[in-house]
Amino acid sequence: MRTFLFLLEKEFKQILRNRIILAMIIALPTIQLAILPHAATYEIRHINLAVVDADHSTLSAELTAKLNASRYFNLVSDGTSYEDALELVEDGKAHLILEIPPHFEKDLRLASKAGLMIAVDAVDGTMGSIGSSYLNQILQSFTAGLVARGEIAYPEAAGPQARIQVIPQYRYNTQLDYKTYMVPGILVMLLTLVGGILAALNIVSEKEQGTLEQINVSPVPKQSYLLAKVIPFWIIGLLTLAIGLLIARFLYGIVPAGSLLTLYTFAAVYVVAFTGFGLLISVAAKTQQQSMFIAFFFLLIFFLMGGLFTPISSMPYWAQVITWFNPTAYLIDVVRLIVMKGSGFADLVPQFFCILGFAVVFNVWAIFGYDKTA
Amino acid sequence: MPSSIAIHQISKHFAVGKTGRVQALHPLSLDIEEGEIFGLLGPDGAGKTTLFRILTTLLLPDGGTATVGGYDIRKDLKKIRESVGYMPGRFSLYQDLSVEENLRFFATLFNTTLEAHYDFIKDIYTHIEPFKKRKAGNLSGGMKQKLALCCALIHKPRILFLDEPTTGVDPVSRKEFWDMLKRLRADGMTILASTPYMDEAELCDRIGLIQNGRFIGCNTPEQLRAEFTVPLRAVRATEMSRLLRDLRDYRYCRSCYAFGEFHHISLNPGFSDEDLAGYLQRLHFSQLEIHPLAPTIEDCFMALMQKGGADA
Repeated sequence: MRTFLFLLEKEFKQILRNRIILAMIIALPTIQLAILPHAATYEIRHINLAVVDADHSTLSAELTAKLNASRYFNLVSDGTSYEDALELVEDGKAHLILEIPPHFEKDLRLASKAGLMIAVDAVDGTMGSIGSSYLNQILQSFTAGLVARGEIAYPEAAGPQARIQVIPQYRYNTQLDYKTYMVPGILVMLLTLVGGILAALNIVSEKEQGTLEQINVSPVPKQSYLLAKVIPFWIIGLLTLAIGLLIARFLYGIVPAGSLLTLYTFAAVYVVAFTGFGLLISVAAKTQQQSMFIAFFFLLIFFLMGGLFTPISSMPYWAQVITWFNPTAYLIDVVRLIVMKGSGFADLVPQFFCILGFAVVFNVWAIFGYDKTA
Repeated sequence: MPSSIAIHQISKHFAVGKTGRVQALHPLSLDIEEGEIFGLLGPDGAGKTTLFRILTTLLLPDGGTATVGGYDIRKDLKKIRESVGYMPGRFSLYQDLSVEENLRFFATLFNTTLEAHYDFIKDIYTHIEPFKKRKAGNLSGGMKQKLALCCALIHKPRILFLDEPTTGVDPVSRKEFWDMLKRLRADGMTILASTPYMDEAELCDRIGLIQNGRFIGCNTPEQLRAEFTVPLRAVRATEMSRLLRDLRDYRYCRSCYAFGEFHHISLNPGFSDEDLAGYLQRLHFSQLEIHPLAPTIEDCFMALMQKGGADA
């Protein structure tokens, strides 16, 4: 026990003397949380829209004004020809073209039916598809408004479904604010980086310095040596999470809806899993360069396939199967549920056992993989 | 005297690439007595470090048996680790911990304290004690060596393994270092040290010459020199590099190497001093100096290595 405490003391001394690591532990959560949620937003605004109005009627003017008033669109031109608008798209100045044909108002009033053409620049696919669906919504509400005011007759052909109005109600994130969605994910990323990368580099650096050999010729059991390596990163990881939560609160006003205890229980097990993962890399690699590269390879996969940026449910089935083996995916899910939805531990038992499983597997594997006699 | 280290037919190979194979140690046997300083001499890649790693339980041999302090290297790993001190060739202490912290750390690893064995390492530790608050990474080469020795000795081992302990250390520190080893031997410690310096080899009780994983000679320095019966001459002149070439072309030349200011030439039967002097005078060497020479360990080593090379 005395040896173990001494091993632990030595690890802490070394970490505390490493100024860059110390600075990173504070800077990492602060900078990532201050910058990334803004950058990783899916809300698409300021779509440049070129309106080609060939009708020049009161109705076409009303439609143009309605589009202009929307916060989604910037009107970059109106009234010119389709060719002029296309030129704007080619120059990258417009993303969408709405062409209002001649006789638009007349057709609509007399036949309750008029054509509009939407052309979409699909180079940026997300912006194109989301932009055209926004445009469709506005057009529908425009025609619905006209019907309501009795200005045009209800189109018979449209059938009953046109009368059904859908009013979505967004639960747990009423404003559909992407920051509320991103911040929990970034907290998980922080935990993973601290646990995974720092631990992965640690034993390898002792290998490179040759100090590991000195430990190996001593009677110290490998379990206590590895445990003394895990505990400091575990504490640092949980500290980083605390800093992260404070920043989330003061910068974005995000206060976890669920209990902090549940959140910390999960984080604690998760960091154990990831330090175990880091140790495993560290045992396998011969140099810091190797371990860094292996760690990056896995972390990228863990993040991109963990639902941090894109929902797992929209991935192809085979990719979803891969995410079952991704501990990060479980924690991102759990942290979002706790922070946004206020889920309690009872709701999260399956995820808990999955993360616990990873913690056991990685650490046991690391202990067996680390052989004092080569 | 009981043997402190008993090696019997130990062998080890390493795989190189997919199909390649290097025999680092051919079946090798050796007995080292208690309280003996045994020097292991050999060129780089001869297998010295491999042997050290096997004896300190860092590596398992392919075949053969060995005991260290009476403990089997395969079965009693823990016992061996408790009773030996190992100082690897490369400085491998924590550079970011201070001198004192390193010592205390290694003391704790072996379940002891700096205070408990302070007297044992005092002689060496007093050299570095003034710098005990300094980080190990900021010490000079000689100081690092002394610290490493202190760390290897902190648990009062019965057997000490030193893998090239003085490589890269200045001559004064090297001398001090060997004086310390002599004092440790006086306390009954067994020391196995490898060294590339021939002058250090003379300080050992016995030396083993190792080449390509085989012992090519193993004896006391005196005996090794006594076994060297071939006539040996030291030769000097102006134009030393031409002299070396011409000496090697001399018809009775067995081998010739540059040894500092002189070339050492060992000679085959039929040679006479007059014949050699005449040969060199005909080649117009000026300020020629030839005198008989008592063999050094290096001469023995060179001769044995050449023989080993011819046998292989």
